[in-house]
Amino acid sequence: MYRYDEFDHAFVNERVAEFRDQVARRLSGELTEEQFRPLRLRNGLYLQLHAYMLRIAIPYGQLSPRQLRQLAMIGRRWDRGYGHFTTRQNLQFNWIKLVDVPDVLAALAEVEMHCIQTSGNCVRNVTSDPYAAAANDELEDPRVWCEILRQWSTLHPEFNWLPRKFKIAVSGAAEDRAATAFHDIGLRLVRGPNGENGFRVLVGGGMGRTPYVGQVIREFLPKEHLLSYVDSILRVYNLHGRRDNIYKARIKILVNAMGIDKFREEVEADWNATNKAAIDLPEDELRRIASYFAPPELPEQAPRDEALAARRESDPRFANWYRNNVLPHRVPGYASVVVSLKEPGRTPGDASSDAMDFVADLAERFGHNEVRVNYTQNLVLPHAALADVPAIYDALAGAGLATGNNELLGDMICCPGLDYCNLANARSIPIAKEIAKKFEDPERQTEIGKIRVNMSGCINACGHHHSGNIGILGVDKKGTELYQITLGGSPKDDASVGKIIGPGFRAENVPEAIDTIVDTYVENRREGENFLDTWRRVGPAPFKEALYGAR
Amino acid sequence: MPSVVTANRLNDGIVVYLAPKGAWTESIADAARAETDDELKVLESAAEIAVQDRIVVGVYPMPIEIKEDGTVDPISVRERIRASHRTTLTEDWYDVPL
Repeated sequence: MYRYDEFDHAFVNERVAEFRDQVARRLSGELTEEQFRPLRLRNGLYLQLHAYMLRIAIPYGQLSPRQLRQLAMIGRRWDRGYGHFTTRQNLQFNWIKLVDVPDVLAALAEVEMHCIQTSGNCVRNVTSDPYAAAANDELEDPRVWCEILRQWSTLHPEFNWLPRKFKIAVSGAAEDRAATAFHDIGLRLVRGPNGENGFRVLVGGGMGRTPYVGQVIREFLPKEHLLSYVDSILRVYNLHGRRDNIYKARIKILVNAMGIDKFREEVEADWNATNKAAIDLPEDELRRIASYFAPPELPEQAPRDEALAARRESDPRFANWYRNNVLPHRVPGYASVVVSLKEPGRTPGDASSDAMDFVADLAERFGHNEVRVNYTQNLVLPHAALADVPAIYDALAGAGLATGNNELLGDMICCPGLDYCNLANARSIPIAKEIAKKFEDPERQTEIGKIRVNMSGCINACGHHHSGNIGILGVDKKGTELYQITLGGSPKDDASVGKIIGPGFRAENVPEAIDTIVDTYVENRREGENFLDTWRRVGPAPFKEALYGAR
Repeated sequence: MPSVVTANRLNDGIVVYLAPKGAWTESIADAARAETDDELKVLESAAEIAVQDRIVVGVYPMPIEIKEDGTVDPISVRERIRASHRTTLTEDWYDVPL
């Protein structure tokens, strides 16, 4: 993984010292809250419902065991012993004290982490495929490009005060596991006309109150021009994006107001006028950064492990977990293992400091010192020998982390909602827990098959409800929490925005409504169909009938 | 309808309520209650001084109800959650009914 050089260390340490001074000036009265607020936000510090919340960037979702242990330590020493992994592959601590934040930032700097640009109208943490350099359908490692974008966008003088926040995702595999179509810029590594790799560039995707699927601005961009092209997109956005209305300030609004053709024309004109050599990364620098991402040396293993096969035969719980949470690896004899943070009864995405330490230990023992955060709020050990998988399972089971529900109904994405968030209108965590209880039976989840259920506690859509096969949105209706249900969303290659199925439900009726929707899907599906296939074939009528027929 | 004044403490962000004699408390039960608009103005003035003194941020008044047993109901779900100071980590934590 990328290691800070002298410049990086000095820069991050300077920022820690700067913020230490700013906190001191706030506490002494030299700065008012109005003056301090933008400074703390630039360092990822929000004032939420209960307390301060610190959002820590996990670049493209990659962590070393040392970093994960440091996060565990921070949770234990300065928070309440747990943190929350988010849909942007970041970690949030919910109970940090302002007076402690400078020390927390210093502790993060020790392990080459920070909170810079995790808030504010700037380029945020670049997200990616959690199975990078492990998945067997990968064309090229996206992390190299994420790191290049990270370095380029950090304190970029022209793009630090954009009309609104800006999110970029990069995927290097055949399957989109980074929801690229729902980002301001989505980058897909693809094979070009002459067999070389480049990017298909999507622009203007997003969630929030006005959801859009990103549109293709360029079918193929030679990868050496990534920075200059992204630079031109951001310049056109920075010039024309609205600053008069926060709800219309994202690039998706601009792209759709101008139309993709006109927007493309402006970007291409800017790009053609750009001195690309001044912006694009020199070849030797690209090679230098790429060298940090050399895959681990994986000792040769037998492609099939007999003990593992026997365990799958004899232990149904193990077999269920294996079927869902162990994914194929590009190296024979290896697998990627999903550590589910979705045990029924637990808050999706929350991990205790003990759990973080535990996963760090596992990564050292079995995982070649790598941990990834999935935007679906789980952790991943990307490189594990198949022969070690039973031992990993046994260890996880002992720690309550062996829930075999990856990509099943129990693997819900869920924002913090009104339990923590100042923007939320309704709770999401208790609803997710109630739904998880309703579908607790692993056999039922297996019968249903892969399905994405996403929930947000407000229209800002941090829980990606628009892209859920089943999406749940909490709203406040005259003081009562009400939940709108959308169907037919998808975050993948067939990206789509879910459609509202009908009137909302009171909190206590949501689990039953989800049950009805799932039953309707199962009754109507043809062999081999997933939820989206069935939904797209039969349309909303049977779902409406089942949900509201008696009304 | 009676009201109290709430805020977040500056140095740690924790939810607090203005108590009698200008103190701040984490317990809504101990908050100073205003029964009239004039009483609320007095509380808000005291809170404004606490903002200037850098004790709290984000001050606002909120209506409450006093139940028959004398306990304070913060009325809205949001304020019930704030008053509960609860975390979500443990399995069996939630006491604000759905």
